[in-house]
Amino acid sequence: MTDTRQLGAARRYPFSEPDRLNLDPLYAELRREEPVTRVRLPYGEEAWLATRYQDVKVVLGDPRFSRALSVGRDEPRTSPQQIGGGILSMDPPDHSRLRRLVAKAFTARRVEQLRPATTAIADELVDAMAAAGPPADLVEAFSTPLPVRVICMLLGVPPTDQHLFRTWSEAIISTTSLSQETIVGYLGSLHAYMAGLIAQRRETPTDDLIGAMVQARDEDNDRLTEQEMVELAAGLLAAGHETTVTQISNFMYVLLTHPEQLAVLRARPELVPDAVEELMRYVPLGAASAFARYATEDLELSGVRIRAGEPVIAALSSANRDAAVFEEPDRLDLTRGAGPHIGFGHGVHHCLGAQLARMELQVALGTLLRRLPGLALAVDDKELPWKSGLLVRGLRSLPVTW
Amino acid sequence: MSAPEAAWRLAVDPDTCIGSGMCAGIAPALFALDDGISVPLRTPIAPDQAAIDAAESCPVEAIIVRDAADGHVVAPEQ
Repeated sequence: MTDTRQLGAARRYPFSEPDRLNLDPLYAELRREEPVTRVRLPYGEEAWLATRYQDVKVVLGDPRFSRALSVGRDEPRTSPQQIGGGILSMDPPDHSRLRRLVAKAFTARRVEQLRPATTAIADELVDAMAAAGPPADLVEAFSTPLPVRVICMLLGVPPTDQHLFRTWSEAIISTTSLSQETIVGYLGSLHAYMAGLIAQRRETPTDDLIGAMVQARDEDNDRLTEQEMVELAAGLLAAGHETTVTQISNFMYVLLTHPEQLAVLRARPELVPDAVEELMRYVPLGAASAFARYATEDLELSGVRIRAGEPVIAALSSANRDAAVFEEPDRLDLTRGAGPHIGFGHGVHHCLGAQLARMELQVALGTLLRRLPGLALAVDDKELPWKSGLLVRGLRSLPVTW
Repeated sequence: MSAPEAAWRLAVDPDTCIGSGMCAGIAPALFALDDGISVPLRTPIAPDQAAIDAAESCPVEAIIVRDAADGHVVAPEQ
């Protein structure tokens, strides 16, 4: 190994500041030589980090690992604040009670019903870009408004209020980009806003997702507390678009900087769904892995003894580059076919909105390639501004021309 | 002959299943992961809300619950 730390001492994690969408080469080295290693994050207790695909799947999928045990612990994390609570800090059966209530709105079939409306929004956005003429900032003109309008449609948030939660929702993915005070303030505003929407739906029932949650809660009080409903609605609103907003631009950035692959996709647009899967594998969305799972009993991972109560972090981006599963893992290959990537996670906390995200990403890529065949970066790759201080890697702006 | 008890058949499409473990979490008495793929632990079963919840929560809709008598799909909602 290339580091000089003392035997058994924990590595600092993340290993380095995120550099665009490049994965730190230390992950590959660890997968080969030290697949389960000790790490210390900026905040919280020391943890194990699992970097191999098989181990990552065990940590995320095996019921001997718990998220509920993180409650009350000094969780390893990159943010000063400990978010805690909510559906991501629950195990079955508590987790299942919440999850199944909203999962129905996100099934492949329901999501397919939203595809025509999503395509219409995407076309409208490209119409506006075309009318204004090049260049344009793809983040502002397309990547941001598309998922925002879709999640609003799904939840039943009035389009006129969209600007409000676009500001607030950064609080959910911020690590250091916002002050502690601002984060608390924004989260408070977001929760108050959702509580208002819920109250409205008590007065006048609706058939959107928030309306359905209100109905489920009021029919059977055991299923969802008022607090859980507010947190869930706020979480869906924020998580439901921050990630997709970021990935649309990340995907387009990768395509525009891989001209050979872009040419393949332009020639064979039927590959768009495969391209989305490959890009989910290839793009390390997370700035670092977090949300450690706590072992509920002593067990072994790649020969390393994990003791009951110890936290283990699953390095998703590393697992997606594991040569044991993916041939030439560092190569972008849009014809690879839908492989078993874990870009949406794994286990009971597998991304709730995965099917929605897939559909939106397919529509976004498909529409941009179809409508703007000459799409290209308007500035040099090195001049692109990347965000920092967030849980995810993403572009502040993406100037394009066509 | 007495009327048969109502019964449901559980099936998981192994080609669609991604082994998320959602069903095993929601309905541990009905589904378990075997080598990364979900399998029904028993079928047919007596009608059980947990089976519907599992089928409707599956992120890829790999689970189908059918009425054992006439084969109509009980879940997921069509």
